[in-house]
Amino acid sequence: MSEFFHALASQDFLQTAFIGGLLASIACGVMGSYVVVKHMSFLAGGIAHAVLGGMGVAYFFGKSPISGAIAAALVAAWVIGWVSLRWRQTADTIIAALWSVGMAVGVIFISMTPGYNVDLMSYLFGNILMIPRTDLYIMASLDGLIMLTVLVFYQQFLAVCFDEEFARLRGLPVDFFYLLLLTLVALTVVVLIQVVGLILVIALLTLPAAIAAQYLRRLAPIMALATILGMFFTSGGLALSYTPDLPAGATIILVAGTVYLLSLLVTGLARRRRC
Amino acid sequence: MNPIVILKSVSFSYGGPTVLEDVDLAVEEGEFLGLVGPNGSGKSTLLKILLGLLEPSSGQAQVLGGTPAQARGSIGYVPQFAAFPHDFPISAGEVVLQGRLGNVRLFGGYRSEDREIARQALMETYVWDLKEQPIGSLSGGQLQRVLLARALATQPKLLILDEPTASIDPRAEEDIFDLLKKLKSRMTILVVSHDIGFISQYVTRIACLNRTLVCHTTSALTGEMIQQLYGSPVRMIRHTTR
Repeated sequence: MSEFFHALASQDFLQTAFIGGLLASIACGVMGSYVVVKHMSFLAGGIAHAVLGGMGVAYFFGKSPISGAIAAALVAAWVIGWVSLRWRQTADTIIAALWSVGMAVGVIFISMTPGYNVDLMSYLFGNILMIPRTDLYIMASLDGLIMLTVLVFYQQFLAVCFDEEFARLRGLPVDFFYLLLLTLVALTVVVLIQVVGLILVIALLTLPAAIAAQYLRRLAPIMALATILGMFFTSGGLALSYTPDLPAGATIILVAGTVYLLSLLVTGLARRRRC
Repeated sequence: MNPIVILKSVSFSYGGPTVLEDVDLAVEEGEFLGLVGPNGSGKSTLLKILLGLLEPSSGQAQVLGGTPAQARGSIGYVPQFAAFPHDFPISAGEVVLQGRLGNVRLFGGYRSEDREIARQALMETYVWDLKEQPIGSLSGGQLQRVLLARALATQPKLLILDEPTASIDPRAEEDIFDLLKKLKSRMTILVVSHDIGFISQYVTRIACLNRTLVCHTTSALTGEMIQQLYGSPVRMIRHTTR
């Protein structure tokens, strides 16, 4: 572990990775809380996997994958949002279709790109150590955008998540806020993919908020605690993975998963004792 | 008298069989109307039409002198018990504040006058002490009173309750209806229930729905009327809780 801190002090790429983890935690704590309380993890998973399509296309045309990811995430979020507002019953199937079709498009475009396809693995499982410094600025501005929007529309989002029908009856443009919420989830997914890749993104999005929701009963504190937990998981996972040279993204998820399981045990035991 | 709700030969179907057929109903200002009927009789559909969430397939619905959608702002709605996840991280006070949603600012949330209106609603339904409690920790009766407070916070002219006492104990049921009795002087109330025997002690009129309006009466229900409503003989049992 001390080896990690030495390296952190001197190595540029490690600092970038560390900051990237912290930046990702902000988006993940705030939007992950919405995903957990509104039970949208399948939907977020659909967005995350569809993103590979956009990354593949961008990669093929020699553009930066993150721009392709942003475009694909937004399109996927709006399609999924629109479908689930119109046809609630079949939304499930359509999300699943988008999930795999997006990945299929991505794989095909990546395979058509000449050269050695080393990037596919890092899209799927992330490579926090390879984050370009410029991506940090994109991540930071996405964080800023997410936080500002949530700050402005906190009450509206709360109402839409809690009781959509009542919000509609009070004259709130529920469809608009629902799509806006999904848009923010999509941007969060893009930020998190830089860290853990699109396969593992759902775990990082939901686990910190799910742990926080076990102890807190208000949304804003859950967001704050989830952000702190996310920071702990990303930097802890990064540190743990350094010396044995494990994949950082997977280590981060294992740390998060372990803490979640322990937390489930603790709250379960506490509840049993109370009964 | 001023009719608050007018339904003129309203019919509705979700694309299959008719759910509502030729319903005519007028609710006068200040009435406390109980809408009763068996499961699947179209009660919830009728409510959704009154709230402007559904359009009648034929016929006309008028609420507070306009279309239901126009009247929405003046309708206080208490949904069925299970309309939302009970583990949602929100306090009773925050739920009641949502009654003021139409008025919420962008930055800074609710205005102080809205907080004051919510406070009064919480006091009126005796849940002020519970305002910091997460809704998951409330009993069925407490939660129902919180939802009533949220509806009151909208400062409604018409209060609509969908099975407000479906899953709470008889004692709490009585509390809710005692509250409604107090509110009756201030607003028109429409309550949906399947428990005819109980609500007939409180309401000023009962409308019985089974696809179409079978009867409405201001007098006590008779065995024949219940038989007519349910289509088969039903034994009437009077529930007394005290």
